[in-house]
Amino acid sequence: MADDAVAEQERMRTFQAAALPHLDDVYTLARYLMRNAHDAEDAVQECYLRALRHFDSYRGPAMKPWLLAILRNVCNAEFARRSKEEVPTDYSQDESLAEEMPMWQEPQTSPEKMIVRQQDTATIRRLVAELPEPFREAIVLREMNNLSYQEIAQVAGVPVGTVMSRLARARAMLRAAWNAAETVTTRPGPAVASGSAL
Amino acid sequence: MRCDESEVMLHALIDGELDAGHARDVEAHVASCAGCGEKFAAFRTMHEVMSTAPLKETAPAHLRNRIEALTATPASRVVSIRQFMQPTRRSFFGGFAMGSVLSAAAASLVLTVIRRDQEQTITEEVVSAHIRSLQAGHLMDVETSDRHTVKPWFNGRVDVAPPVVDLTAESFTLLGGRLDYIDSEPVAAIVYQRRKHVINLFVAQHLGRRQARTIGDSIQGYNVRHWSQDGLDLWAVSDIVGDELDEFVRKIASALRQPSHAS
Repeated sequence: MADDAVAEQERMRTFQAAALPHLDDVYTLARYLMRNAHDAEDAVQECYLRALRHFDSYRGPAMKPWLLAILRNVCNAEFARRSKEEVPTDYSQDESLAEEMPMWQEPQTSPEKMIVRQQDTATIRRLVAELPEPFREAIVLREMNNLSYQEIAQVAGVPVGTVMSRLARARAMLRAAWNAAETVTTRPGPAVASGSAL
Repeated sequence: MRCDESEVMLHALIDGELDAGHARDVEAHVASCAGCGEKFAAFRTMHEVMSTAPLKETAPAHLRNRIEALTATPASRVVSIRQFMQPTRRSFFGGFAMGSVLSAAAASLVLTVIRRDQEQTITEEVVSAHIRSLQAGHLMDVETSDRHTVKPWFNGRVDVAPPVVDLTAESFTLLGGRLDYIDSEPVAAIVYQRRKHVINLFVAQHLGRRQARTIGDSIQGYNVRHWSQDGLDLWAVSDIVGDELDEFVRKIASALRQPSHAS
């Protein structure tokens, strides 16, 4: 028994050393999937409990995508549970619906819209948060969790080709929203400032 | 390369996912096609902005502490706090039945489950006591901001000499004390106020499991903190935000470490 206890202590130390460095990554994905801090914290906690429970069967290679895959399962299980209780809100948007959206919602490209300009961090976060799934997940895994396509494919449980098309679509949607947001935030400024001159 | 292929592939180029041969193909296409070239430039800029912006969230300290504590507990003994995510109880006993190798181990499992449940029950009781104190106009038995009046009042009423600390300078006003019952045991309740919010500090010799470090929880919108110090169990409950309650706990804990306050 004493040996078991020592082995258990050792196992937990190993787990903590391997898994805790990724806490910010796990929390980041949880924030974007759950969309509020409280649910995100619960999901992260559940993720780590499950990870610890299944740590013995973990064979690598990378800890981060493994944890993110568990987190994603936790979140999806929670959404499945909720959808039994109530009508889903904005999570109902599925891929087939999004498939009908034009790949490229670009009206007349004016020169100043050609390049994406700086947006403040808060705006970028909001724009990403407003993306429908599974595109939100893809962009967060890529840009915030810094995963490779192969790793995103593992986490999302889809082929790499699907990851590529989702990312392309996610970025196209994000860019359209990005430029629209810029229009909203920058136009009133000069308009007010130059109002008297016009 | 066709434009519809490029439309997907240029992202792989931006993300550094292409081998040299494919990278050259896409580069050649975006260099020769104005439309794809413009998209490539825009998406590359967007990617660069997103990689440099501090978009990654930082897990709050209380979450980090909680997870560190949970993952320092043997896996078999950890039970999810909220039933909402996890059908733990059933799978827990399922696992327990299948893995019943040693009866001693099994017994210790059951024990920890029960203790965990007790802890939860007590957390709920503490919150109930807090709510009761607000509702019934029975917030204080002894109403004074003088800690030297509050402390002796508890003599003979509870089996502990509860620490009463003056935190007025820290904007936690001492309102008074009250005798309360939690888990059918008399418990000292010391009442503080910050702005319009009441904080109940429950003190008893044994109230829940001994906590080496502060354990936080939130029930029905009330924040709860439990820690053990100097052979006492202390519970702080309030509707102030978690950070402020943490601050309160820190002040009380550090005041308790100074001998002058123990008198």
